[in-house]
Amino acid sequence: MTAETVAFAGVAVVLLASSLAVVLTPNLFHAVLALALALVATGAVFLLLDAPFLFGVQLLLYAGGVVTIVVFAIMLTERLVGESIRQTSRYIVNGALLSAAVFVGVASFLVQAPAGGPRPAWPGDLTVALGRALVGAYAVPLELLAVLLVLALLGALYFARSEG
Amino acid sequence: MPLIAYLTLAALVFAIGLFGVLTRRNAVGILLGIELMLNAVNINLVAFARFHADLAGMIFTLFTIAITVAEVAVGLAIVIVIFRVRRTVEADHLDLLRG
Repeated sequence: MTAETVAFAGVAVVLLASSLAVVLTPNLFHAVLALALALVATGAVFLLLDAPFLFGVQLLLYAGGVVTIVVFAIMLTERLVGESIRQTSRYIVNGALLSAAVFVGVASFLVQAPAGGPRPAWPGDLTVALGRALVGAYAVPLELLAVLLVLALLGALYFARSEG
Repeated sequence: MPLIAYLTLAALVFAIGLFGVLTRRNAVGILLGIELMLNAVNINLVAFARFHADLAGMIFTLFTIAITVAEVAVGLAIVIVIFRVRRTVEADHLDLLRG
């Protein structure tokens, strides 16, 4: 086993275990913490795929930003009224069956697909290439994304504003 | 590791996230499941981009991540508004539009 195989297996185990914790743990707050771990593990998968810049973005935006927002939302909707933050699930058998069916469907495609070769060598620094592409060929989508973010934040503020 | 290993991992995470979306009662819990599914898609995009030596997949991942953050901000704002109006975030109780 190469070091890459060992690293992939470790990251995969952490990612799958924390993902299961997100959907199974009864305590909503613990689910958010497990989600943070799953997001960091996803970032580690990006590292294994030679994309350290995406790892940084994943940590900053997902593990930093999204988790913080979700924790705020939980505090605002659960703690203030003194309810417990335990949650229950429903339709567990149906949900498990449907999820397993989706996975089997995808996996049956995967086993039929031709096995690709090893990953090709990447010419040059990937982060440099990403930066050049973002201000070059993808400059217009990048600006549109900035507009979308501003609109989303304005919309969130509008929804969450206090009356009067 | 071959490409199929990454794709299988992503498919597993996607299925787990789908299970969360289908079974959670709490609206915030449903949003967490959606986050997992979006993450699985990101793994697919980066894996394909790396194994085909094509930058477009990674650029697309950056856009997905940013759009997801916007989605979470708006989604949670809606959850908070629903909580203010109905005093609950249980998806089963939000049946105002049921015919």
